[in-house]
Amino acid sequence: MLRLDGVTKVYKVGAFGGKTMTAVDRVSFDVGIGEVVSLIGESGSGKSTIGRMILGLVPSTAGSITFDGVAVKPGKAYYRNVQGVFQDPFSSYNPVFKADRVFQMIRQEYFPGVADWDERVEAALAAVRLSPGQVLHKFPHQLSGGQLQRLLIARALLLDIKLLVADEITSMLDASTRIDVLNLLADLKSRGLGVLYITHDLSLGNYLAERTVVLRRGAVVEMGLTDLVFGGPLHPYTRQLLSAVPRLHAAWEDADPVDTCLYHDKGGSGGLLEAEPGHFVACAALPGCRGAAVSPASPSG
Amino acid sequence: MSLTVNGLQVYYRTLKGEVKALDGVSFSVRDGEILGLAGESGCGKTTLGKSLIRMDGRMRHAGGTVELDGERLPIADDARMNPYRFHKVSLIPQYSMSAMNPTRKIGKMVGELLRSRGVKLDRADLEARLAQVELPREVLDRYPIELSGGMKQRMVMVISTLLNPSLLVADEITSALDVSTQKAVARALAGFRDTGFVKSMIFITHDISLTYQIADSIMIMYAGKLAEKAPARTIVTAPRHPYTRMLIDSLPEVGVRYGDKKLSGIPGSPPSLLDPPTGCRFRDRCPLAFDKCAEEPPALEVEPDHFVACWKA
Repeated sequence: MLRLDGVTKVYKVGAFGGKTMTAVDRVSFDVGIGEVVSLIGESGSGKSTIGRMILGLVPSTAGSITFDGVAVKPGKAYYRNVQGVFQDPFSSYNPVFKADRVFQMIRQEYFPGVADWDERVEAALAAVRLSPGQVLHKFPHQLSGGQLQRLLIARALLLDIKLLVADEITSMLDASTRIDVLNLLADLKSRGLGVLYITHDLSLGNYLAERTVVLRRGAVVEMGLTDLVFGGPLHPYTRQLLSAVPRLHAAWEDADPVDTCLYHDKGGSGGLLEAEPGHFVACAALPGCRGAAVSPASPSG
Repeated sequence: MSLTVNGLQVYYRTLKGEVKALDGVSFSVRDGEILGLAGESGCGKTTLGKSLIRMDGRMRHAGGTVELDGERLPIADDARMNPYRFHKVSLIPQYSMSAMNPTRKIGKMVGELLRSRGVKLDRADLEARLAQVELPREVLDRYPIELSGGMKQRMVMVISTLLNPSLLVADEITSALDVSTQKAVARALAGFRDTGFVKSMIFITHDISLTYQIADSIMIMYAGKLAEKAPARTIVTAPRHPYTRMLIDSLPEVGVRYGDKKLSGIPGSPPSLLDPPTGCRFRDRCPLAFDKCAEEPPALEVEPDHFVACWKA
């Protein structure tokens, strides 16, 4: 459905834009119908930039983003299919107006003559497990963060979208409500919604997604089926990330020391190696890297 | 006992009345102990940390006592509290990123800070402490803006503990950091206790899995009250309070998938502390609630070092 092919974003930095910074480096992956793909990376890995490029909020420098085979062009037609929900639910609303104004605005924009609008709103609210009496005709400050976040998802559902770009949508929510939003995304998935779930929290990404993409410094280091990526991480960076996740029933263990990735030192071609079916890794030159056994990689150094 | 808090009540003055953010909390921290303090937002964990250091203008000490090393802290009196700050009690604030003076080189700022407390800077000692948190000594000649988030956080940790305080309060210091930086910072913090730079520590966070990694005991708060306090392992493996149990069950872990094991959140939301309900404050959200919960449950020691405020525990 959504397809990224060699997408690159270069920002101009410095006083006169004399320097450049590559935020996203030749990233390719796709999101299918009814599939949750989690995009995992630390701060500065370019994960949000990718989300913003998909939503057409920032242009890409190179590469192509296509939706159903057509190049993405921001506009009314595109936003009927693709919507985004962002990290901070409190700043997504205008505090002067009631929160359900977000529904009225899409009604004006997309459904001017619809008669059964109230029923549609109720159905969308039911889908995100909110009762209309609880949330309609209230101001944003009267609602909790979880409720506001779910209202935004309901707004996206009203448009009958096919793809939701969810950028860190649970990081401002409490542990007790966070999991409800995740379960909601998982339910919507079974109704055919594709979700790109952008997060820095590995356990959340792991809970939800069929496929995982791990980013580092703008480039994909490892991607594939979540079970394979989390169960048998190949890239030292993925292993280091996983070992740093605090767990409830086990103490922190020390990961193998991480060398700089030789693949990137050499300016790798942006291609990924398929280590096993459905599991791609960007590094095959490091000693001890299991990817090396799969293909006779070029000798390092 | 390093720290003993008894029936502490701290209220916030607002236009609508007083918000009872901390309503009778009692606990103690031993020498050499790291106490993890966890709970949802608005449960009073930050208020507790702040009231041990400095109450701001909106906060009012409504009752209860705080004793540190056998001495009663005058927490309600801003001026009399001053000699204790930094010497006996110290804080690493939630936004350490902006805690340093941006116009001074870090070394100079540290010197000025110590002089204001009447202490001379011991350069060798400072460098040893920097080495402990794996910062190069060159950071002293840099401006705060030149440091990354994790480095700033570690620098503030070093500054906060320079005078070897008896108690260190660390408030959400890892929330803005990436997992790998988070691990380094949390480990450095535990290292401070091990080397004796601080005697005991209160580690405030909303992330129970992280607390579990470094804390000796964990205290769970709910709506301004203590819900449960026990050794870290007990909280995670054998919690007795229904709130703790539900909170821990709602945490996704690496390896837990939606398809295999569906986690559930806690329905409802915490009560308003402007006019808190009588009895157990978790009653409305609790699946085990029964008639007796209309009465407030005391925090009882159900087994050594395990305190639970629940009638069903």
